[in-house]
Amino acid sequence: MTKRTHKKLRLTKKVFSFPYILFLLLFVVIPLVLILVNAFLDSENNLTLDNFKMFFGAPSSLIVLGNSLLVGVITTALCLIIGYPVAYILSKISSGKIIVLLYVLPMFINFLIRTLATKAIFIAMGVELGMGTVLFGMVYNYLPFMIMPLHTTLSGIDKSYIEAAQDLGADKATVFLKTVLPLSVSGILSGITMVFIPTISTYAISQLLSNGKIFLFGDSIQLSFEQGLYGVGSIMSIVMLIFVLISNFIMNKFNRNSNAVRRSLW
Amino acid sequence: MVQKTQVDNIIELRNVYKTYDDKTVVKNASLTIKRGEFVTLLGPSGCGKTTTLRMIAGFEMPTSGKIIFDGKDITDTPPHLRPVNTVFQKYALFPHLNVFNNIAFGLKLKVIPNGTKTNRKGETVQLYRKYTKDEIKERVNNVLKMVDLEDYGHRNVSSLSGGQQQRVAIARALVNEPEVLLLDEPLGALDLKMRKDMQLELMDMHKRLGITFIYVTHDQEEALTMSDKIVIMRLGEIQQIAAPEKIYDEPANAFVADFIGESTILSGTMIEDCKVEFCDTVFECVDKGFKPNEPIDVIIRPEDLKIMDKDDKKALLQAEVLSSVFKGDHYQITLLAAGNELVAHDTDTYEIGETVGLYIKPFDLHIMHKTRIINEIDTVITGENLVEICGADFECVTDLPVDTPVKALIDFDDVEITDDENDGTISATVISTIYKGSYYQAILSADDHYNFFADTDYEWLKGDRVGIKIAPEKIIIQPRDESEQQEINEVVDETLTPEEREAIEENRLEEPEKFDAEHAEIVNEHEEAEE
Repeated sequence: MTKRTHKKLRLTKKVFSFPYILFLLLFVVIPLVLILVNAFLDSENNLTLDNFKMFFGAPSSLIVLGNSLLVGVITTALCLIIGYPVAYILSKISSGKIIVLLYVLPMFINFLIRTLATKAIFIAMGVELGMGTVLFGMVYNYLPFMIMPLHTTLSGIDKSYIEAAQDLGADKATVFLKTVLPLSVSGILSGITMVFIPTISTYAISQLLSNGKIFLFGDSIQLSFEQGLYGVGSIMSIVMLIFVLISNFIMNKFNRNSNAVRRSLW
Repeated sequence: MVQKTQVDNIIELRNVYKTYDDKTVVKNASLTIKRGEFVTLLGPSGCGKTTTLRMIAGFEMPTSGKIIFDGKDITDTPPHLRPVNTVFQKYALFPHLNVFNNIAFGLKLKVIPNGTKTNRKGETVQLYRKYTKDEIKERVNNVLKMVDLEDYGHRNVSSLSGGQQQRVAIARALVNEPEVLLLDEPLGALDLKMRKDMQLELMDMHKRLGITFIYVTHDQEEALTMSDKIVIMRLGEIQQIAAPEKIYDEPANAFVADFIGESTILSGTMIEDCKVEFCDTVFECVDKGFKPNEPIDVIIRPEDLKIMDKDDKKALLQAEVLSSVFKGDHYQITLLAAGNELVAHDTDTYEIGETVGLYIKPFDLHIMHKTRIINEIDTVITGENLVEICGADFECVTDLPVDTPVKALIDFDDVEITDDENDGTISATVISTIYKGSYYQAILSADDHYNFFADTDYEWLKGDRVGIKIAPEKIIIQPRDESEQQEINEVVDETLTPEEREAIEENRLEEPEKFDAEHAEIVNEHEEAEE
């Protein structure tokens, strides 16, 4: 006699996570494994370490990496410098939420179309395409990602903290430096994360807005794969991933150290 | 020459008004606070007490009127230059700083006098400096000791309990040695036991430090326990300024009596001096100076109403027992006498339905002028038999032509309240209902903020939206002289002697100097060394 061991599929909470897990496996875990495997294979699918030699041995690829990080840092800094005052002013006025939406609205248009349009405008104006235009494109594309978390944090700061600081003798500048700024640290950090990580891995913007003159890390990954150098491209992707993880780690550490109001920003 | 009485007022409000859009939240507030006094602003929510405190702190600017601090006009002084400190309702402790740094916040910004020097022109210049690190540390530790939080300096504020946060908030204000400490419902977030403890601690601190406390609360018991002087507010207007005992024993009007304790408030008539009629009976009392047959409110405290045998010779009134509820140290007994409900406290209980006799000492009958005897609205005729009241046209009976300025008078009985706001000619919000023995007196705020008084049979819930209807023949129309100015009555501070009042009045005539704190400039170290 065979005992029936047919288990009924019960609809528990767990079941709902299955599609998500499947998705993660298919589109995140498997590609990552493929990249890792590819990094150690040559074009004939033999195990080799030549790919590493090719990447780390060539100064040109490291220069590109350095350039990418530099562009990322400058873009993030510019976004913060422009975004903070905007977010601050918008958090003060009552219709701020609607105006923030206006800043976010361009994000609904595909970024390639936006970048091509920007390029067309630059050409029509006779501006020479180069580092300046690339940075402009970057800031234009990523500014909303800085303003949104900053605005959420700044408008979430309880007015009584500001009043308490005034009450204790702080003038306007001191109120800002000693209360508003420290209380918005979590917003600054998530803004930086939201801008820095995509900018160091971006491609197309730099290519399009500099007519291919400026070559960033994202572009060189794309080029490697285009040229069939899967091994080198994979290593570059891994390097990129490591940088993303490092910056995420640093941001998290900072965020934990700041005791500011932690809220979900997105 | 007559010797002038000296008054040592630290804060004085002179005819302060505060208006948001078209809503007046503080109306003609005049108040003097003596140095070292514990003053409580008391009233239900939305009475303007917090706004008044915020104007003293400088977070709100008065629409008109003056705020005087120590003889100087601080009306336009921004909050960071005012020599007052505030304990906020929800503490507002900085979450990014620990307990020590929260308390040190004010000290780090403060400049203190540091001797004088003579400059090149030969003028004497006051020098200032900041506190040193050690001084700050010493002061913070001292104040932490005072609030019993000695070892908590390094703690994160979010790790503290409500009571401890409260203490830190008080310490943060007190460490700056303010001359006036403002407290905005500081005990509101604490549980009952904690509140009682903190009340005693605050009173003790007030006694030890000798500084002025201005305290805002809606808890009448808290106010009666702690204060030297209570300021009762309603709808932005000060109702009474007096010592706690006086407020309790001699409330200025029915609102104060109702707010302060659970008294019975009845409508009556003052027949002549020392004779008042209510419950169809004439009583002896001790009040004088009313007009003959003036309608008045009578207030009877439950503990003053004595219950006795119905055949007792002393009994002034017969009543039927409606209910008797055990309250721990007494029974609360509700009685019905001549259609009016009365509440009494007694150590014995009585059978429901039993007829008993009641006695009140003449001294215990508190007689008050009615705040208003009729609803009076200044308006104009808008059409044939139409008058505008609160933005809507009401039918009325009149032969006056269009655009005549008139007064519309409506008796409390004639204001009809409808449950559905759409059934009324205008809509209004219920502000309060006071039980007057046999009926309720409701105060309704129409959408243009005019307050209607209405006598009704039902209790209306505070905050409810209702409609108001008035029968055309019940609106009394009287022509009005446009130049006629409405008289604004000012509430007199009952804690002051007549001489002091006179001195304050006299001071008012003088224009005070502007408060000026800009002179506090820090002189650099090396500049001093240069000398």
